[in-house]
Amino acid sequence: MIRLLLLLLLLLAPPARAETLRLAVTTSFDNSGLADHLRPLIRADTGLDLQLLVVGTGQALRLARAGDVDAALVHAPDAERAFVAEGHATRRTPVMSNDFLIVGPADDPAGAADAPTASGALRAIATARAPFVSRGDDSGTHKAEMRLWAAAGLAPEGAWYRATGSGMGAALNTARAMGAYVLTDRGSWLAFGNRDGMAVLSEGDPLLHNQYSFLPVNPERHPHVAAEVAARLEAWLVSARGQAAIDAYEVGGEAPFTANARP
Amino acid sequence: MGDFLAGLAEAGRLVATLDPDLVEITLRSLRVTLTAVAIGCALGLPLGAWLAVRRFRFRRAVIAALNALIGLPPVVVGLAVYLLLSRDGPLGVLGLLFTPTAMIVAQVVIVTPLVASIAHQAMRDLWADYHDLLISLNATRSQRVATLLWDGRRALLTAGLAGFGRAIGEVGAIMIVGGNIDGATRVLTTAIALETGRGDFALALGLGLILVALSLVVSGTTHWILRTERAGRW
Repeated sequence: MIRLLLLLLLLLAPPARAETLRLAVTTSFDNSGLADHLRPLIRADTGLDLQLLVVGTGQALRLARAGDVDAALVHAPDAERAFVAEGHATRRTPVMSNDFLIVGPADDPAGAADAPTASGALRAIATARAPFVSRGDDSGTHKAEMRLWAAAGLAPEGAWYRATGSGMGAALNTARAMGAYVLTDRGSWLAFGNRDGMAVLSEGDPLLHNQYSFLPVNPERHPHVAAEVAARLEAWLVSARGQAAIDAYEVGGEAPFTANARP
Repeated sequence: MGDFLAGLAEAGRLVATLDPDLVEITLRSLRVTLTAVAIGCALGLPLGAWLAVRRFRFRRAVIAALNALIGLPPVVVGLAVYLLLSRDGPLGVLGLLFTPTAMIVAQVVIVTPLVASIAHQAMRDLWADYHDLLISLNATRSQRVATLLWDGRRALLTAGLAGFGRAIGEVGAIMIVGGNIDGATRVLTTAIALETGRGDFALALGLGLILVALSLVVSGTTHWILRTERAGRW
């Protein structure tokens, strides 16, 4: 029986394909549709077949630390720098940026849209004790939200502050159903299909800047990772062609991402 | 109500156009689940029959444990298999995490206790009827197990289908160990979770209806092949 099981396992294991890269990406990269836009271009230019694991930034870094992926594309600069400093990744390469938005019910009961800054909008929401949905999942967006609360000088808690522990799309669904405010990135917002009755209430604050970077897993820690393939993808992402492809992506007439790799 | 109608329309459109992505994830769902159920039955059915035939000191404890394991939360199974197969884990060198094989392993763990428990219930009743006959024929223990399994095959079919039902609709474990990778480990249930997250309820519901239809087809086909539920037989 054991032999039969081992045989089955061998038969079922997929044939090793040399040109496959396993990349942990954030939910915003995938939910915005940019992943589907870039994958065929990457395959055509470099012959790489991307296998995307769509998770929050916290989990993406965990996967990279364990060596379960070859590289990660994430958006939490402080956590990324620490990650490189600890030797889990060989370097941190900025690729593109977009911005965060505070969205909520279009009638805006807390008056968040009247505040000039993102911190002011959060303060208005907290003062009104209007429901606010937090990702609460240690993702890049969640870390950015925590930074914004800290900048506003507030520690959000109470029944109005609802940590859902879910992905960006699920959090948006929840916020819509509860008539709550939520912090989202522009890409996920533009691509989200269920936003009737919701509106963008705060944008443009420098604190809402959202930088995405590419982190290849350190092959000295994990000899099995496809370091050469990861380097090829990285070269494509920062190349003129890759950067142009990122800028060219549009959802509903808006470009959710701005390529900003340093040449 | 509008979402339901849109879901129906979306399901119809996906099936009518034989959407290539849909065909791919449906076949992968079937392949993962049928393999897991086949392995689960190969382990669980003999175990259930053996527990009915054999008397030993911890038999009651084993049966109680088996029944308790039916309620094993799939996410916990997923997490345990994940930790085993992660590169950090004891079986990391196999490189199986985020492959269909990892999903099959998790589903085998989920399905086997259910199959074994239902098989045991059925075999216990059958054994009460067959006990004197098989003992007087001086059948060996493996002959007894084989006889019970063969004569109880209809009940065992129910066990297998129950296992299939638990596995095909399962999302918690395979999401964790498979990672829902497009083109590699995405199956119907994880695709439904993904589309719900994207706010595309029509597509999610459409995929859900296809999943239900698939369950019906598999159940119907199994009955048809094994010629159960026919007039005059029971």
